[in-house]
Amino acid sequence: MSSLSEFDNSSADTDAPGLTKPAKEVTGEVAVSVENVSVTYRTTFERVPTLKQAMVRFGRGQKAVREVHAVRNVSFDVPKGSVLGIIGHNGAGKSTLMRTIAGILPPNEGRISVSGRVSTLLALGVGFNTQLTGRENVMLGGLASGLSRAEIMERYQEITDFAELGDFIDAPVRTYSSGMFSRLAFSVAVHMRPDILLIDEALSAGDAQFKNKANAKMQELVDNASTMLLVSHALGTIKTICNDCIWLDHGVLKMRGNPAEVVAAYTDFVKVKQSAEVLEDL
Amino acid sequence: MSTPSDSRTRARAMQTFEPHRAGIPPLLPYVREMWGRRHFAAELSRATMRAAHSRTFFGQFWLVLNPTLSALVYYLLVVIIAGGSKGPEFFAHLLVGLFAFNFISASMSMGAASVVGGGRLVMNTAFPRLLLPLSAVRTAFLRFLPSLIIVVVFFLLRVNGVFDGWQAAAGKGAATPLHFSPVQLLAIPVFGLIMLFACGLAAFMATLQVYFRDMTSFLPFFTRIWLYLSPVLWEVETAHEKVKQLLAFNPIFRLFEVWGDVIVRGTVPDTGVWLAAAAWSIGALLVGSLFLMSREREFAVRV
Repeated sequence: MSSLSEFDNSSADTDAPGLTKPAKEVTGEVAVSVENVSVTYRTTFERVPTLKQAMVRFGRGQKAVREVHAVRNVSFDVPKGSVLGIIGHNGAGKSTLMRTIAGILPPNEGRISVSGRVSTLLALGVGFNTQLTGRENVMLGGLASGLSRAEIMERYQEITDFAELGDFIDAPVRTYSSGMFSRLAFSVAVHMRPDILLIDEALSAGDAQFKNKANAKMQELVDNASTMLLVSHALGTIKTICNDCIWLDHGVLKMRGNPAEVVAAYTDFVKVKQSAEVLEDL
Repeated sequence: MSTPSDSRTRARAMQTFEPHRAGIPPLLPYVREMWGRRHFAAELSRATMRAAHSRTFFGQFWLVLNPTLSALVYYLLVVIIAGGSKGPEFFAHLLVGLFAFNFISASMSMGAASVVGGGRLVMNTAFPRLLLPLSAVRTAFLRFLPSLIIVVVFFLLRVNGVFDGWQAAAGKGAATPLHFSPVQLLAIPVFGLIMLFACGLAAFMATLQVYFRDMTSFLPFFTRIWLYLSPVLWEVETAHEKVKQLLAFNPIFRLFEVWGDVIVRGTVPDTGVWLAAAAWSIGALLVGSLFLMSREREFAVRV
């Protein structure tokens, strides 16, 4: 059962090591405001849409598209300086909500206002070209995430030092081990100094030693990025670093409040649901 | 004096995302955002260029080798297989036309692949999607540039009398033998028009490809038919009547007429021809880019 394994890995009740709550004040200003937002997208179950299938479908009088109500009438404000955790089961609409706030997906209803520069950490190595060297990919990845050439040059040394690639920085990325790749990608992603940072489960990169360093960097981001939205199944991390939390269930905002309370309610809910399912199975 | 990053930050200072029913986003902010991200599009194209031949023996030399080899193939076709009735002027017409046509067809095929191929980018970052096909056109342009060397070399050889024997063997000469003249500088604005046309086509194909993945399989055939119906491998004067009637509907006919006139024949075409060429290219640009803009919000869930 997928919902079970999520918890086994992340040990919901132990705190994440080396992480603490942001050492800063939450101001009254609103960084992200989400008002009655619904996101419905029409998607197909076809592997790849082709003309042939469209014609077959047309012949049978079927419809290709299916509506997915990913986010339903969700409203919340994120004050400047807060670290908001977003939790929920797989497919609850967490990533869709993040993409909507980042401006990648348009909302179907409602309105989202964002003040400040948004940076997304939704996936590692976005925009990388594996034929090119690490050095060239730093530039490419940085430009892809919206930095200017000058800004990348400014951070360049820091990024490459952090990734600890040594001479490999001038080798094509296709020759990298997967750990090296994620270290470089992580390093590019976290050196952007945005006003608002959206992170979607991109926290795992590299070996144990690098993980410590990555955690330290995350802490720095929590302290420096003025606002952060974090999607994670690692409930321990949410409890430790967030000072605000929302719980999405099938696209609906189920609860909002203190991370410890929300996480507790969510864990209870999932346990109840699981035992019900277990009973059904019998 | 404001740097690009400043203006981008300012443009992003307050953003609102709302449902768009009308389809086409507000154009001015869109264009401004595109301008802000232009370095990204350029770098994307530069990366494609660098990556393309990174594992081959000749490397970047392929950029020149490619048009040279294709010029040799066409030489074989036109001069040797066709029995030597075509002179060097015709060959120049063919080269100049083919290189421009190849640019358009490369823009089209790379443009078609740009959005679907950039899946992870489209899923995870927000930027005006029009940049993707435009970046593909930039790549196609950089691949086109080296072929100009072949054209210039051919002109030089012709002007210096190297091909006189070929001319004599082909029989009657062309009305105007190849020569260098200031008129040829007009080729730059003409190519500008061709580029606008290619941008529109690339954007159109990129959008179509998102909905029908079969497009890439159809494209080579479509491109070939289009080539045969365009005055590239043949000249308008010698064309069949039926083909001539079709020419009025061929979007690139006027563009290629102007292109050939200024470079090969060294003449300036009438204003009417210029206007028709400009109308087709600007029309293609508008249709293509507006089609993409009206659809791009769906790309993230479609790729």
